[in-house]
Amino acid sequence: MSDEKNHDYHLVDPSPWPFLAAWSTFIMAAGFIFFLHDIGSGLIPLFGLLLVLAMAYFWWSDIVNEAEYKGDHTPVVQLHMRYGVFMFIISEVMFFVAWFWAYFDAALFPNELIQELRIEYTGGQWPPLSIRTFDAWDLPFINTLVLLLSGFAVTWAHHALIHDNRKTVIAGLSGAVLLGMLFTVLQYIEYGHATFDFDGGLYPSVFYMATGFHGFHVIIGTICLFVMLVRTIKGHFKPDHHFGFEAAAWYWHFVDVVWIFLFIFVYVLGAGDPATMPVAH
Amino acid sequence: MATDTALDAHEHHTPTGWRRWLMSTNHKDIGTLYLFFAIFAGFVGGAISMGMRIELAEPGMQFFPWIAEYIQGADDPVDAGKHLFNVFTTAHGLIMVFFMVMPAVIGGFGNWFVPLMIGAPDMAFPRMNNISFWLVPPAFCLLVISMFVDGPSGYTGTGGGWTIYPPLSTTGQPGPAMDFAILALHLAGAASILGAINFITTIFNMRAPGMTLHKMPLFVWSMLVTAFLLLLSMPVLAGAITMLLTDRNFGTAFFDPSGGGDPILFQHLFWFFGHPEVYIMILPAFGIVSQVVSTFSKKPVFGYMAMAYAMAAIGFVGFIVWAHHMYTVGMDVDTQAYFVFATMVIAVPTGVKIFSWIATMWGGSVEFRVPMLWAIGFIFVFTVGGVTGVVLANAASDRIMHDTYYVVAHFHYVLSLGAVFGIFAGWYYWFPKMFGYMYSETIGRIHFIVTMIGVNLLFFPQHFLGLAGMPRRYVDYPDVYAGWNMVSSIGGYISYGAAIIFIYGVIKAFRDKVPAGDNPWGEYADTLEWTLPSPPPFHQFNTLPKIK
Repeated sequence: MSDEKNHDYHLVDPSPWPFLAAWSTFIMAAGFIFFLHDIGSGLIPLFGLLLVLAMAYFWWSDIVNEAEYKGDHTPVVQLHMRYGVFMFIISEVMFFVAWFWAYFDAALFPNELIQELRIEYTGGQWPPLSIRTFDAWDLPFINTLVLLLSGFAVTWAHHALIHDNRKTVIAGLSGAVLLGMLFTVLQYIEYGHATFDFDGGLYPSVFYMATGFHGFHVIIGTICLFVMLVRTIKGHFKPDHHFGFEAAAWYWHFVDVVWIFLFIFVYVLGAGDPATMPVAH
Repeated sequence: MATDTALDAHEHHTPTGWRRWLMSTNHKDIGTLYLFFAIFAGFVGGAISMGMRIELAEPGMQFFPWIAEYIQGADDPVDAGKHLFNVFTTAHGLIMVFFMVMPAVIGGFGNWFVPLMIGAPDMAFPRMNNISFWLVPPAFCLLVISMFVDGPSGYTGTGGGWTIYPPLSTTGQPGPAMDFAILALHLAGAASILGAINFITTIFNMRAPGMTLHKMPLFVWSMLVTAFLLLLSMPVLAGAITMLLTDRNFGTAFFDPSGGGDPILFQHLFWFFGHPEVYIMILPAFGIVSQVVSTFSKKPVFGYMAMAYAMAAIGFVGFIVWAHHMYTVGMDVDTQAYFVFATMVIAVPTGVKIFSWIATMWGGSVEFRVPMLWAIGFIFVFTVGGVTGVVLANAASDRIMHDTYYVVAHFHYVLSLGAVFGIFAGWYYWFPKMFGYMYSETIGRIHFIVTMIGVNLLFFPQHFLGLAGMPRRYVDYPDVYAGWNMVSSIGGYISYGAAIIFIYGVIKAFRDKVPAGDNPWGEYADTLEWTLPSPPPFHQFNTLPKIK
């Protein structure tokens, strides 16, 4: 059976990164628990995080090398990656299902007789009586436009990439990255104007965790797009071979869609009395 | 062969030594790692259950206060012993689910045989495959650490059960033990999600020319359905335990009623994952049993299409029945009625499978080799577990049986017996292929018979105990339950003895080195792995096989 490889699949060389990344994760996880319980130095989880990030960097560098210089990414291997990223995004969708589940469990049932303490907290309505929510048509709406616009910029860049117009790709991606950063900044400003604290009960819990995890995904997506920008500048992508770019774009659109759901259900339909809303800027 | 291997090594840079195992990108090596890790974890989890059976053999507290006093050095050995018992049930459940059954069936057999059976040279993402494995030992370490650090004030370890319901898992156990358990689940869950992505991509994209979905061996079908269940359910658990983590450490109120939260929400999220999870464990066993029954009945499996779509149906319905674990939480009656109905519907595709296995054997020239013994044993114990499942599916009867040993007997019949019998069927069936040696038929038979006696003695009396009202997860019981508990414990010791016979058989097979040949089972072992040498070359199918 020592005949030559006679197929297009990619038989990956042995790699140290999975093993090292897994144990880096262990350091990060254990260090995080130490941090939570004030054991040892808070630097341990940071050290673990740095290790994980370093492993991710080395691992992805290998992938980029295999794609760009070794020619391992045949059409069928690219198809694998399409499936892989698609499945990954589905798993992310299911992760957000959990947060929306928590939100709807609260928002749709603020007044069930069996839940006395919840009625006490909510005052029998959603949003809870004591909560002054944000005005959806203020910063949140601006953020919606920012994110949609950046999704548009990514699609513009993709179109340019297919037509091999590198300057436009760089312009489009730069725009998308800047808009992504703008979103994060605006969200940070918005949090700063909140009238409720993180540990102020159910509403802040669902609000901050759902929008917070979304924000975290925005940051990851922005980093992905930024990497794609750097790779474009390095001349990595070809009109018929640029799945890395597409994966980042898919991810970005996924982040967009989650935001749309948050905007509709948390900000617009979950809005309280407009008269009590804080000014968010 | 020796020169052949050397040549192979030269051409493909076959790694050797520690590099081969730590840096592996080979589905067969990673599968082997998974299998041996699962055996190891199985012994740990089994030893923990032995601790519980020793305690429960007789009424009164004996074993756990002793450990608490002399090993842990507790001041209040009785209370510490009670908590320690809960720590043991928690660790036993989590270890057996996440570190024994799942690594064995999905990581082990799935990795080994999905690519071989569909005619692929490896998995779609070989490097990611390796992190799927290597995230498991760190997760296991976190879980083991959790047994030794502070849980509830004054005691060590997390005693919330594998379901980790709040408030016991939040305000009830403020120490870091629960956080360790939560992050262990995070890591194991991430490993499972990556593995699921890998399997789905491999099965959809890497089938050899002519290997259509409807020609795929049933084991591959079972892995495909399992991978989808993992992909869709694991992230929901991740969300749920993240909420637990923030409730515990950052002052959120998802599950805290005083802040408007709802502890039942956790149960919904947990069981939305937890119910598919039980099918994640049993579906691969279905697949293995289908291969084995067909091979040793010397007939193609009866009703192939029905078998494949029955698994898909079980997978689908498995997502919409979760609240049957929660009949007693105060759900409204109509909701309960729906979950009763949906749950019982699962018996239909399951029945299709049971009857199709029997129909496969019917009129076949059945050969009672060791894998076949395990497969037939599987059909028996799984049917017992299945019918008690239909009893428990009724909200009304569950009201009486909820959290009694009847439930314990039920899920051990489907998992600890069902899934594990499936694992052993697969182990003996594929052992010759994986390692090139024949196992000892005699030891295998003894292993089967002793296990069969042991586990039935262990779990069947628990039905009686449950019907008589003995609650689960409790360290002691009234004298009236003494008799059957003693029987159950004796069964437990026999089962653990059987596991040691198993290890003896494995060691003996590796020492005797009886060559197995490419296909020891004859022409009805007709899936692609039997066309290869035993063990298969480092990279198989360099030229893809054509399926007619």
